[in-house]
Amino acid sequence: MASTTGVNVPAPGRSVWDGGVSPMGASYGKLMMWFFLLSDAFTFSALLITYGLVRSSHPAYTGSPEDFVFSQEYWPIPEKVFEAVPFFHGWEAPLVFVGIMTFILIMSSVTMVLAVEAGHRMDRDAVEKWMLWTILGGITFLSCQAWEWTHFIHGTGVGASLSFNEYGPPDFAAFFFFITGFHGFHVFSGVCLNFMVYYNTVTGVYQRRGHYEMVEKVGLYWHFVDLVWVFVFTFFYLV
Amino acid sequence: MEHAEDNIQVIPPNKEKIKRLWTVAGILAAVTAVEFLIAFTMHHGPLKVSIFVGLTIVKAAYIVGEFMHLRYEVKVLFWSILIPMIFVVWMLVAFVYEGMAIGELRF
Repeated sequence: MASTTGVNVPAPGRSVWDGGVSPMGASYGKLMMWFFLLSDAFTFSALLITYGLVRSSHPAYTGSPEDFVFSQEYWPIPEKVFEAVPFFHGWEAPLVFVGIMTFILIMSSVTMVLAVEAGHRMDRDAVEKWMLWTILGGITFLSCQAWEWTHFIHGTGVGASLSFNEYGPPDFAAFFFFITGFHGFHVFSGVCLNFMVYYNTVTGVYQRRGHYEMVEKVGLYWHFVDLVWVFVFTFFYLV
Repeated sequence: MEHAEDNIQVIPPNKEKIKRLWTVAGILAAVTAVEFLIAFTMHHGPLKVSIFVGLTIVKAAYIVGEFMHLRYEVKVLFWSILIPMIFVVWMLVAFVYEGMAIGELRF
């Protein structure tokens, strides 16, 4: 029943919605993944838009970026907060590290889509290879985020907690923890799901099932995680 | 754990399709690089913010359209996903406007 092919043609005189065919040309599982992702998109939009509301209700820094100092009086400029890179201590490299993280996540999205493509061709070895690369990308991203959080929490003295931070108003750190944390948790879930797909591929579950649609469904989730990061990157780090 | 069903045919890779995927990846990387460039060369203001939002939507379209394959799905599915996004756009406008009003009252 799990058909991954295009739309079925209804009998003459009947509409596609009269039953017996799939009007959306996708299996139940794939459709439900799409609608779950839609609801998840609402959740992330709510978080990011609330960030926008709180930020626009705080005074913005109006001076020149060169003279910027951290203060509780105004919202900080993100590029002044996120400017450290691991192993290059004391070197000011604004946004370089998040740029690297963005690149890692985009690359893991590419390897995922290659795994899906291999699944369509029933190429088990290629699915295994690309799933492993995707898992590796996910773990690398999570490690980067762990470093980023540690650096943010320790800071240059006071650091940051949910009630007070050295960078700006308390809400700034609260949103940082909430938004990147919620996204990071999605990445973590994605890595677990990817591992499950990898395991099932290696043990031949999908080969016996006759199709690799599960790779496609988990792939949708994984791309969504990448998509959310694109928005977090813009609205939290760039703007 | 031998290959249980060796009779299943492995179809050779579609070179054109794979090339397209890498092209999309290249575009995504290039757009991110442009965003970086703008972040450090342009003066902060509404124009800069709109450029960032525009480029983000471009990236989102490529990810959802190509990687998530939505462009090639049936039209009903395509619009079922896209139309509800109107609510998000409205929420963004309403909340940011409200935020600025709150800011004027408080500070």
